[in-house]
Amino acid sequence: MTQPQTRPGVFERKPVIQTLIALIALICAGLLAAEFFYAKHPHFGFDGWFGFYPLAGFVAYCFIVLSAKLARPLLRRDEDYYDEQARQSLQTPIEDDTHE
Amino acid sequence: MSDWLGHALASPALVLMLGALLIAALPRWLHGVWLLTIPAAALALLWQLPMGEYGQLSLFGFDLTTLRVDGLSRIWATIFLIAAFLTGLYALHVNDRLQHVAALAYAGAAVGAVLAGDLVTLFIFWEATAIASVFLIWAQRTIKAHIVGLRYLVIQVISGLLLMMGAIIHYHATGSIAFNHLGLATPGGLLIFAAFGIKAAFPLLHNWVQDAYPEATVSGTVILSIYTTKLAIYSLARGYAGTEALITIGAIMTIFPIFFAVIENDLRRVLAYSLNNQLGFMVVGIGIGTPLALNGAAAHAFAHILYKGLLFMSMGAVLYRVGTVKASELGGLYKSMPWTAAFCIVGSMSISAFPLFSGFVTKSMILTAAAENHHWIAWMAMLVASAGVLDHSGIKVPFFSFFHHDAGFRVREAPLNMLLAMGATAALCIGIGVYPAPLYAILPFDVDYSPYTTTHVVNQLQLLMFAALAFVVLFRSGLYPPEVRGVNLDTDWLYRAALPAAGRAIHRGVSALRAGLVRGLAQLAGVAQHWLTEGFGTNGVAARTWTSGVMLLWVTALLAAYLLIYY
Repeated sequence: MTQPQTRPGVFERKPVIQTLIALIALICAGLLAAEFFYAKHPHFGFDGWFGFYPLAGFVAYCFIVLSAKLARPLLRRDEDYYDEQARQSLQTPIEDDTHE
Repeated sequence: MSDWLGHALASPALVLMLGALLIAALPRWLHGVWLLTIPAAALALLWQLPMGEYGQLSLFGFDLTTLRVDGLSRIWATIFLIAAFLTGLYALHVNDRLQHVAALAYAGAAVGAVLAGDLVTLFIFWEATAIASVFLIWAQRTIKAHIVGLRYLVIQVISGLLLMMGAIIHYHATGSIAFNHLGLATPGGLLIFAAFGIKAAFPLLHNWVQDAYPEATVSGTVILSIYTTKLAIYSLARGYAGTEALITIGAIMTIFPIFFAVIENDLRRVLAYSLNNQLGFMVVGIGIGTPLALNGAAAHAFAHILYKGLLFMSMGAVLYRVGTVKASELGGLYKSMPWTAAFCIVGSMSISAFPLFSGFVTKSMILTAAAENHHWIAWMAMLVASAGVLDHSGIKVPFFSFFHHDAGFRVREAPLNMLLAMGATAALCIGIGVYPAPLYAILPFDVDYSPYTTTHVVNQLQLLMFAALAFVVLFRSGLYPPEVRGVNLDTDWLYRAALPAAGRAIHRGVSALRAGLVRGLAQLAGVAQHWLTEGFGTNGVAARTWTSGVMLLWVTALLAAYLLIYY
């Protein structure tokens, strides 16, 4: 690790980050406004509701990330969880040889 | 048509395999030229062949069709050969003969398999892909890679054996080895379906992908990500188009790897989960089975090989320079590797299916086909999965490696050949997205489809931008799960932990039983020995000397008893 730079990089400056976030929010607002200005061709009915795609994107994203976060404590193990297993299974026959 | 065209020996697959053999003998400085010219020559040869069946030869009493060029096989062989060229360029700097030989042989086997017109030829090349590809893992030359490679090979060979058994049963039932539509109605068809399912990484059969791919070499992982799974997708499209079960299987495949991708720390493993999820879209397309859906599956496989390859290339470049691709360790690399970062973002935009990028013009065909055929559950699953793709491949991979907080790595930009390979692949991703007509022209079916309608572009942008907004909200509020070190349990736990543990338990049990038995027998033997010694030993009853008076008494007693009994 080298010394931290005196001047933060472009994407670490607060104004840049805030501009980017504002840009995303602005685009989202524009896309929501666009709902009034194009002809929908729903296949199922519900996909023609106002704001269906924006809502689907937002809710689906939150659902995935948050449910994965909930699942993490169940699934996560130490990094060498399997390495130990592998080492043991490599050593098992050797141990047996010495025992018998 | 020239005389030599169409002979089994003039196959693009054999060109690659012969090239692999020659590279094993050529001096190092020729490898680079060879890695690029061989795939180019094979591609030229493929496109010289008119549609039709060639390369007939007899083997084991079967009449094989080693070369079948039609819409379906040609697009797959084409993208395999383009990918072979790009990965050759990417691996140009690698000073390892083994990897170059394995890469070309593997590509040759995969091309041979998609061009196979019969099940026997398919089986031969199917196994060849397994054997050639494992060397890309073993080329890491570590104990871990050795173990992972063995595990990978076992699973690949099981798939091959299922294919062989299925083909034999199919041959006995139908008298034909032709590789056409098979269906699930026959036992042979079911076995072959399982064989394809393993290589296509169906849910619960999937974990070899995430286990093995991230353990291969820098260029090996890129190469592995291209062929095996897409060969299986091709095989499903050939043998099981329109099989309803595939819609369900594919829909599950699009969803469940996402959760693992979100919490995985190794970014090459994140991409392996993401690969799995992209295969799901293709499997749904094959399950729907209409010309539009099959075109969608083929086009998506084509685009997917490029953008997934590009993402693996960028993470490979990071691994090559930094030495790790763990999200928890990385950050701020855009300063050191700006070009790699830019190419990675192109790959991310493509896989997320932003308009003007390749994923948009291909994935939309499958979604449209699902909607037109009223599969609303599969359609919703794919919609949710699309938001998930934006997270793990669209945001997580570039954000945590190139941006986020600066982890302090000051490394050099990727080598020139890697940059050229990434640049060319990125150009193709954008090219397909901006101008999809040439790709649509080589699809298996003639279908009139235009992705750039106002509705479609607006809806897709709404979905993606609001998902991106959700990331901003979750990340700023601290709800986004942090990147932490660790491994996540998946189905491989069954054969990496549970099965060995069960084996050890059984071993211990049997040993204890054996020890108990031996102890018991020894005790028994001790008792018997003691009893025998008492009776017949030197001081035993039988060995004692007796006086003649006592013997006389006994003889008299016996005679008296004798008399008494017969009286």
